[in-house]
Amino acid sequence: MPFNPDGRQADMLIWIVFFALAAFSGLTYWLGRRKALASAGGSAAGLHSLPNYYGTYVALWVAVPAALLLFLSVSFGGRFEHALLVAKAPVAITGMSVEQKQLFYRDAEAMAEGKQASEVIYEGPVKAALTQKSLEAKGYRDKIRMGTFALMGVLALAGLLLTYPRINAKFWARNRVESWISNVLMICSIVAVVTTLGIILSLVWESARFFQTVSPGEFLLGTHWSPQIGMRDDQVGSSGGFGALPLFAGTFLVMLIAMLVAGPVGLFSAIYLAEYAGPTARAVCKPLLEVLAGVPTVVYGFFAALTVGPLFREGFNALGLMLINGQFHDLGLYLSQVQNQMALVAGAVMGIMLIPFVSSLSDDIINSVPQALRDGSYAMGATKSETVKNVVLPAALPGIAGAFLLAISRAVGETMIVTMAAGLQAKLTLNPLETVTTVTVQIVTLLTGDQEFDSPKTLSAFALGLTLFVVTLLLNIIALRIVQKYREQYD
Amino acid sequence: MTTYRPSLANSGNSMTSSILGHAHLSADKAGSTKIHADKVNVFYGEKQALFDVSLDISQKAVTSFIGPSGCGKSTFLRCINRMNDTIPICKVEGTIEIDGQDINTRSIDPVVLRARVGMVFQKPNPFPKSIYENVAYGPRIHGLATGKDELDAIVESSLRRAGLWDEVADRLLQPGTGLSGGQQQRLVIARAIAVGPEVILMDEPCSALDPIATAKIEELIDELREQFCIVIVTHSMAQAARVSQRTAFFHMGRLVESGPTDEIFTNPKDTRTQDYITGRFG
Ligand SMILES: Nc1ncnc2c1ncn2[C@@H]1O[C@H](COP(=O)(O)OP(=O)(O)O)[C@@H](O)[C@H]1O
Ligand SMILES: [Mg+2]
Repeated sequence: MPFNPDGRQADMLIWIVFFALAAFSGLTYWLGRRKALASAGGSAAGLHSLPNYYGTYVALWVAVPAALLLFLSVSFGGRFEHALLVAKAPVAITGMSVEQKQLFYRDAEAMAEGKQASEVIYEGPVKAALTQKSLEAKGYRDKIRMGTFALMGVLALAGLLLTYPRINAKFWARNRVESWISNVLMICSIVAVVTTLGIILSLVWESARFFQTVSPGEFLLGTHWSPQIGMRDDQVGSSGGFGALPLFAGTFLVMLIAMLVAGPVGLFSAIYLAEYAGPTARAVCKPLLEVLAGVPTVVYGFFAALTVGPLFREGFNALGLMLINGQFHDLGLYLSQVQNQMALVAGAVMGIMLIPFVSSLSDDIINSVPQALRDGSYAMGATKSETVKNVVLPAALPGIAGAFLLAISRAVGETMIVTMAAGLQAKLTLNPLETVTTVTVQIVTLLTGDQEFDSPKTLSAFALGLTLFVVTLLLNIIALRIVQKYREQYD
Repeated sequence: MTTYRPSLANSGNSMTSSILGHAHLSADKAGSTKIHADKVNVFYGEKQALFDVSLDISQKAVTSFIGPSGCGKSTFLRCINRMNDTIPICKVEGTIEIDGQDINTRSIDPVVLRARVGMVFQKPNPFPKSIYENVAYGPRIHGLATGKDELDAIVESSLRRAGLWDEVADRLLQPGTGLSGGQQQRLVIARAIAVGPEVILMDEPCSALDPIATAKIEELIDELREQFCIVIVTHSMAQAARVSQRTAFFHMGRLVESGPTDEIFTNPKDTRTQDYITGRFG
């Protein structure tokens, strides 16, 4: 089939219409402005609002509804056309399977747009039906398109005719434009909220499907995690392979180690920066910490897997060999066999990653403790460290607790470092030298590679995701509450 | 101009100085020089804020600093307890002596000095702790009490002397930040008294308070005068006239004139003082 440039011309047409609309609304802007000025005797002083507000008001009503219609037509016109096309199936294809029918329609639509069709050779009545359907598709498409353009013209004209007569010197154009702006902002925020809700709903939906095969109690409290088994039909749900407790334990362990590193170091560096550092040290350290906070986590993962992991292993192995001949033979034997991948490495490196985060948040919070409190303490004859310990930290404590909770929720959701440094084996242990796996790592392994979307294995990822979401959401809510309450206290 | 003196209803309030251990206070005579400043210059970075200020401040009296904003009253006040040390760019030159001893020499630890020279700020700044803990703060960090009973006694006597005891006795464990502005300011005064200072500096202590709370604080200042050397910065000339025995007038970083309050207000020597107190500028 020869290449037909018709499709590209159609796209061009949409752009032409779009720019025509823009030009027309520009013209109406000028018209509205002119009429307003004329009604006030040519000077802006007699107008309720500045002249551009009158122009903007008219132009908005001309351009926005028509542009919205164009957007809707471009986005959903294809589906509409498809629905019309399949409404009446030609006799020739009644014997086809569902897939074959789908292919047939796709080819008909491709032909209509002048695009390359599939390799399928159609013959006899089917070919005739295809040609007929492709013509039909083209007809629908052109009708939808022309209908859209015509309706756009009507909308633009209606916009002009409804607003232009209202323009006069006393008209509150400024307030009208203001409400347009507030509506646009509101719509944007609604879009943000609705998409988030959509994500949550899909999580909940897929999780519900998962919980039809595996009970929530078993998922949350079961101690055996081996989702691979679930792929075999005969064992679905009966294998006990979906007990996620080891994952929760692993996540908790890694988080705990990370916070043991990031908590004290981050807090103390924040105290140093906020209370002790001179202006030069501050000017150097603050941006440095912020740069550190922007390092992609995969880089930390690298560092954990290739540097820290082997280093820790060698250290523990050497220690084990030292102990193995003495009193602590068993411990020595255990230490001498420790592997590269362990919770300790992942936790420690994650802690390093979180230091700038904790430090920068705590620094802001310590800085927001009013200077008057410090002055009061100094004036009582307290030293700097007494002041920090007795006045500044207690005052900042709720905020710092909030910062820690935010850090924890980041640690719980962190994926890359644990994937690279903690291992994949789901063991129920709190021993930091063992390999563990976390919720996030399991989600990654469940969803990468070949998969069907209906198996409990894949669906379990949604359940894990939902659990993670709920936990981090709760942590964030509590943290933000605390931080907010603390802010109120000093404003 | 006549001066108003609040009646000293409870001036018989005994000084519980056995706890606070400042026997020397009673040895000092009222009116003798407590603080002696000689040629004090203060710089904030390049900018000079005080020029050659020399002033004697009397024992057991209230001295007020008046003058238009930005003239250096607070700056001079903060020299007396070396609070300016906490501002990195601030540099102080000249001598300030308390009881004849230079406070800017190396042998004086500013932290110890500040226990002897208490300070009350413009905005009440109680710590976000209980009322009890606010007052116990100084005695705790300076180790003034050897047991809970002694600490309780210091807290009670300090609150009594600040005229706050009756209002807070039944809620000592509630946060100090929950009190009204005037109560907070008296709490802060009690906090300062608790470490047994010799001098109390007050930087516009009433400017954030309503008239009734202000009257209470003024009454308190008048009582405390019996026991402390008090220096108060104030924007209100009526207040200076009411509470102080001596007044110092600052203008553009210089000390223009100082002397007995009555004289400054009735018979100022410098025209700038005259203009200021008659409200012609400032
Ligand atoms: N922390 C500071 N840093 C720089 N300049 C200051 C600082 N504090 C006060 N100053 C300056 O010193 C001068 C005197 O200020 P201040 O002593 O606060 O005046 P007052 O208390 O009489 O209103 C003002 O010009 C002020 O701008
Ligand atoms: Mg001041």
